[in-house]
Amino acid sequence: MSRPVLPSVDQVRQWLSEVPDPEIPVISLTDLGIIRDVAWDGDTLVVTVTPTYSGCPATSIINLDIEQALRDRGIEKLRLDRRLSPPWTTDWISAEGREKLRAYGIAPPVEGTAADGRLAARVERLASGSNLVIPCPRCGSSRTEMVSRFGSTPCKASWRCTECLEPFDYFKCI
Amino acid sequence: MAAALAPVVDKAALFEFLTRTGDNTLILGHRVSEWCGHSPVLEEDIALANTALDLIGQTQLWLGLAGEVEGKGRSADDLAYLRDAAEFRNVLLVERPNGDFGFTLMRQFLFDAWHFELLTALAGSKDPRVAEIAAKSLKEVAYHLERSADLVIRLGDGTPESRKRMQDALDELWSYTGELFIGDASDDVLAEAGVAPHPASLKDKWSVVVSRTLAEATLKVPTSSYVHKGGKRGVHTEHLGFILAEMQFLQRAYPGATW
Repeated sequence: MSRPVLPSVDQVRQWLSEVPDPEIPVISLTDLGIIRDVAWDGDTLVVTVTPTYSGCPATSIINLDIEQALRDRGIEKLRLDRRLSPPWTTDWISAEGREKLRAYGIAPPVEGTAADGRLAARVERLASGSNLVIPCPRCGSSRTEMVSRFGSTPCKASWRCTECLEPFDYFKCI
Repeated sequence: MAAALAPVVDKAALFEFLTRTGDNTLILGHRVSEWCGHSPVLEEDIALANTALDLIGQTQLWLGLAGEVEGKGRSADDLAYLRDAAEFRNVLLVERPNGDFGFTLMRQFLFDAWHFELLTALAGSKDPRVAEIAAKSLKEVAYHLERSADLVIRLGDGTPESRKRMQDALDELWSYTGELFIGDASDDVLAEAGVAPHPASLKDKWSVVVSRTLAEATLKVPTSSYVHKGGKRGVHTEHLGFILAEMQFLQRAYPGATW
């Protein structure tokens, strides 16, 4: 019996780019930047995944979805590793992923706005109302305001547009 | 791989530290989750539930590592659900009942300000397993701190009613903050090995953030220096038992239940 040829790492990444995020199905796991490594360990495929938020309930669903997708493609020996370091950052969301988020109605993360817990930055922000401009994903207006620091999932905050009056989710920068 | 690089420290001291850290996030996470469905407005309900979720997620990492270090095959779930009150190592602050919304936010702020300094120090731990959990948690906790500080300022510097409630909350909680900074022999061991900061070393930075935020909130820092303590060595208030009775109900009623 001949040894089956193992699919290439690029092929596996391609398959994973078709697996949707369970909470935000318009973007894929690779768009989200949580697939940190794909490698063969002998004849076992090792996929290394990093969690977005430590308590995100989607984490276990994501692992199930990865396993399902790869089993469907004929992968028999599979191991999922968790990697915490370096911690996930929204900088890893692909340009394509950001565009898909915007088209779906979720404002993508604005770089350089991550919370750092520093009092000075916070006091300044409070004094000036907000130094954060999040364009409305629907009408593009920059006249938007935060409703709540949290939203429908751990990774999002609630905002609204004062121009088109639509509420929207903002993908928090971390 | 990571474990091989960690400095060798007394296993019992490291286990003690990890359960203290994980129990703080577990018990506070549970407390905050009690607001789910009861908050004054929907947005705050969601915010509190998400904060609780972050804390429970961090608990899985801390208690997961605690079980690994202990080496007796106990998982994070085993440690959360199968220990009784005297084995819990959280500070008394996090088991205080929720009170009103302002009280919950004040407790959160006093804890977040400390948690942020702790994790900042732990991100530089010589034990890479500790450092990576801290770096992960720190991003979430920076966000918690900005939110709770913001609300303490808005409610403190708000209406006479909200200001009074925030001052009452601060006066009641103040004597529970001292325990955060008291160290013991196991803290000394970890501080010496560069695994964790000595609790006392966090006091000054915490005080700066707290006093500046409270000043902004027009609240008066209490002068009392009395310290309620005991949680770190398993001597708890009666509240913890009630928390566990609810949190551990399933495992107590149906031992070993899984789904």
